[in-house]
Amino acid sequence: MQVENTEFRPKIVAFCCNWCSYAGADLAGSSRLAYPADVKIIRVPCSCRVNPMFILRAFQRGADGVILCGCHPGDCHYTTGNYYTRRRMTLLFSMLDYLGVENGRTRVEWVSAAEGVKFSTTMNEFVAKIHELGENVRLEDLRCKN
Amino acid sequence: MHRIGVFVCHCGTNIAATVDIDRVVAAAAKEPGVVHAEDYQYMCSEAGQLKVREAIKEKQLTGIVVCSCSPRMHENTFRQAAQRAGLNPYMVEIANIREHCSWIHKDIEEATEKAIILARAAIAKVMLNAPLTAGTSRVVKRALVIGGGIAGIQTALDIAEAGYKVDIVEKTPSIGGRMSQLDKTFPTLDCSACILTPKMVEAAAHENITIYTYSEVEKVTGFVGDFHVDIRKKARSVDMSKCTGCGVCQEKCPSKKAPNEFNRGLDKRSAIYTPFAQAIPNVPVIDREHCIKFKTGKCGICAKVCQAGAIDYEQKDEIITENYGAIVVATGFDTIKLDKYDEYAYNQSPDVITSLELERIMNAAGPTKGHLERMSDHKAPKSMVFIQCVGSRCADSRGKSYCSKICCMYTAKHAMLIRDKYPDVDVTVFYIDVRTPGKNFDEFYRRAVEEYGVHYIKGQVGKVAPQGDKLLVQGVDLLDNKRILMETDMVVLATAIEPNPDVRKIATMLTASIDTNNFLTESHAKLRPVESPTAGIFLSGVCQGPKDIPETVAQAGAAAVKVIGLLAKDHLVTNPCVAKSDTLLCNGCSSCEKVCPYGAISYEEREVNDHGIRETRRVAVVNSALCQGCGACTVACPSGAMDLQGFSNRQILAEVDAICR
Amino acid sequence: MQELITRAKELLADGTVSRVLGWKKGDMGWDPEPAYFEKEEELENFVYNPFCGANLSKYLIAAGKLEGTTLVFLKPCDTYSFNQLIKEHRVKREKTYIIGVGCHGTLKAEKVRDAGIKGIEDAVIDGDTLKVKTIYGAKEMPLMDALLERCKVCKGRTHVIYDELIGAEEGEEAGPVGLAGDRFAKVEELEAMSPKERFAFWQGELSKCIRCNACRNVCPACSCLKCVFDSNQFDSNQKANADTFEEQMFHIIRAFHVAGRCTDCGECSRVCPQGIPLQLLNRKFIKDINTFYGEYQAGADTESRAPLTDFTFEDVEPGIVGERGGGR
Repeated sequence: MQVENTEFRPKIVAFCCNWCSYAGADLAGSSRLAYPADVKIIRVPCSCRVNPMFILRAFQRGADGVILCGCHPGDCHYTTGNYYTRRRMTLLFSMLDYLGVENGRTRVEWVSAAEGVKFSTTMNEFVAKIHELGENVRLEDLRCKN
Repeated sequence: MHRIGVFVCHCGTNIAATVDIDRVVAAAAKEPGVVHAEDYQYMCSEAGQLKVREAIKEKQLTGIVVCSCSPRMHENTFRQAAQRAGLNPYMVEIANIREHCSWIHKDIEEATEKAIILARAAIAKVMLNAPLTAGTSRVVKRALVIGGGIAGIQTALDIAEAGYKVDIVEKTPSIGGRMSQLDKTFPTLDCSACILTPKMVEAAAHENITIYTYSEVEKVTGFVGDFHVDIRKKARSVDMSKCTGCGVCQEKCPSKKAPNEFNRGLDKRSAIYTPFAQAIPNVPVIDREHCIKFKTGKCGICAKVCQAGAIDYEQKDEIITENYGAIVVATGFDTIKLDKYDEYAYNQSPDVITSLELERIMNAAGPTKGHLERMSDHKAPKSMVFIQCVGSRCADSRGKSYCSKICCMYTAKHAMLIRDKYPDVDVTVFYIDVRTPGKNFDEFYRRAVEEYGVHYIKGQVGKVAPQGDKLLVQGVDLLDNKRILMETDMVVLATAIEPNPDVRKIATMLTASIDTNNFLTESHAKLRPVESPTAGIFLSGVCQGPKDIPETVAQAGAAAVKVIGLLAKDHLVTNPCVAKSDTLLCNGCSSCEKVCPYGAISYEEREVNDHGIRETRRVAVVNSALCQGCGACTVACPSGAMDLQGFSNRQILAEVDAICR
Repeated sequence: MQELITRAKELLADGTVSRVLGWKKGDMGWDPEPAYFEKEEELENFVYNPFCGANLSKYLIAAGKLEGTTLVFLKPCDTYSFNQLIKEHRVKREKTYIIGVGCHGTLKAEKVRDAGIKGIEDAVIDGDTLKVKTIYGAKEMPLMDALLERCKVCKGRTHVIYDELIGAEEGEEAGPVGLAGDRFAKVEELEAMSPKERFAFWQGELSKCIRCNACRNVCPACSCLKCVFDSNQFDSNQKANADTFEEQMFHIIRAFHVAGRCTDCGECSRVCPQGIPLQLLNRKFIKDINTFYGEYQAGADTESRAPLTDFTFEDVEPGIVGERGGGR
């Protein structure tokens, strides 16, 4: 008989912009700053590349949390990309909140290439929050979860 | 049919110690589409790359995934390897199982599982990769240097010497910058003007250099290799082609109330002026704010006395438009404002001055003709106190967190010069640390202490209070652990330096990034220190971080070499990961155009055949040379017509799906 | 109404316009439908009464591709949609002749019938009263009980773009019955609920969706040549009703795509056969945009930058959502 593993292992997708946050994650790595393995990073050129469709799709496929990291406002490699991100995500997150999705499941954080510590801390915090919220039963499409 | 190869790198033990490589290889091999999976100790090594190339050829791979370190490290290496084996370099994806996995996870089980998922995501993505071909764009063989201080002059000279045209844009009426305000330079004590002026003359005389003084960069468009720049040449009110630089106008000008910027406001200058005697060009400008003719319409004396007839009150600002292949920022620095430092009484007493003001007082062409005297009563001081780190290494928000780097040395210089010329003046320096990393720097500082008898006290000054005609200095001596209360005649503040305030505006125009202190960010702190992350933009001098003159000159030369390397090319290879619009899906609504920071999107009326319907539609067209591939347009587009090559919607969704599987 | 027909005939006759876009009588007295009229005699079937809720502006995308000028009748709120379409280069102003028609509110036919009024032939609004002509004679009911929800919070009777006005005056502002309600009241009510209650509310509403696409087809902002939900760009095609999340995703993305472009015309709610209050999604975005980025009315002009293609350096951070009391 198989023993059921009841421990909650959240699925967390982190979109990181190539220039700041992905480099920040690299720095967290080279500084050996641990954060839970539940976080999986997807590299995008800029936070403004992240379409709300990607975030909803992640939830649909069973993600328990989605975090988006970009350069600090004013430091975008493409000058203005993250300003659009900021508006888009503010509205999207507000809408998800309005639909009853726990707000803690979505987050935007600005992490520079030099902020390996911040990257690691942010991820630790975010994973802790998702643990607190538990499995994402409200949004996921049950059929897509294996 | 996809034929994907997966290559898992051990990175010695960097990856292999926490990730079970065999399991990753086995898991990857089972993924649909994967026909080859292998591992190697160092995939990036020549032997590792050979394995990749051989597998591509033998197994006729259509795409490869390398599970290794960050793509920021070796994506290019493996792209080149793929290309050498005849595979399109954009059919390569990297799964970052080092920085994002093995280095941060201790548990082998966890790390292995994550590495497998990251590999799957990369495999899912590479299946949707399309071969991309990089385009080319032209290189305009002309460089622009913004700022005409020693950094800008040196960069321009080096570029010009290599045979390329360079334009210098300088905001003030003359080139020369901060260095022209200095009296002597450390650690050699040679006269600043004596070493700078010949360079200024050389730059002005160089056939490849054009200098625009009293001018500012107004607008920048374009991209590396082909920037379009509007330069505003402010109305000088003096015809540069006629003026002989005789200086009579300045002598006769009745308005002599304008603060003399060059002397840091310690004295006054005429409304028509050249900042200093050796100014280049030696053509005055009329400061319209202080000119009586401009204020009241009467006067016009300068026009009357000018024998060359060079005065032109009607002159207007002029916009010069020029194309450049590269731009160097050399905007330099200023000292911080001391408004927040009331404790040093800078605004209360004229005898509390900054080091740069002292520099002018010590200079033979300065407000006191080089005599050391108090600004309040013009008496020679008997005692002076230097306070270090005013606003530098500051823990609170009043000042700067960084070390301004030059203050320790110039203070030693000042102290030494004063003790040398006026041995009866008692000189005390309050410091946090004396930092002397540089050739002959520590020797220089020790001479100040040992040979010239300068008193160095380790400790901060808490308060400077004017008392009668003296200044009362309260401080601490940390080494003797006692409070110090002393009277002095003059206090000199080693004021922190900060990037020229205009740099924010310039950085925005250039889309170059700046840090929290307004210093321009270099592309890599160690490996690319003179390049901005924005292609084609280079950094020279203090705009990138505090530096002394030799460092500035060295960096200026380095920036010039980078520019020369760029201008030597006829064409640049462009990034093929750019946006592309699907004509049949495009509504022509202009949303994408509005969010594009590069003006890369335009609209065309185009004949389309949409499944048999022939009509003319307004559609978006991306200029792939201008597009930098940020992807802002792809999200602004409601129909999904706009997509980003290399990071397409379907590629990213495939990664999402693989991770959430 | 006769005035509209007369004017339309004149414009057709003198060649100013090649066709008329208006409403024609439906099978029942309460279901007039949008229609083109190309000949004067066809205008005999023209109708304009409070049942003519349909916003005709979206038809002008197609009309702009036809030969000649199209005469269109637009109610005040329809003109916002038209303006927005001009901004997005979707309609041709020069090929459109706009007659702004007066409006005192449009009706939800079901409500009239639910009030026991049968055999409806026509209706007129007289102050607070709806006077209905039926085959059984004249009937009356309070107007408020018959109005579409959107008209109870009418944004005004001003036409923002037109060539001439009939039955309306320039700069009219009051709502249909003189009281413009708070259009965000229901949004606020939902915001005040717990996330769990909100989730239950929307789960209940959105699960009714049958993905008939009526909301999308009628929406003047949803004017894509090909919707992302029909293309393979996001791998989201052919998924209608595939799972419970699909509808949520469809409606969230639909609302997001029209955010900052939606004029709040309320056509989505009007046409939904399942009675889903879709407008509440759009209004949430409008409310947030107004709160975070300043009052913005899409379609009020043809030049301003839409909020999502604009920014300021001082914009609020997405974290504001949690700070304002989001969370679980």
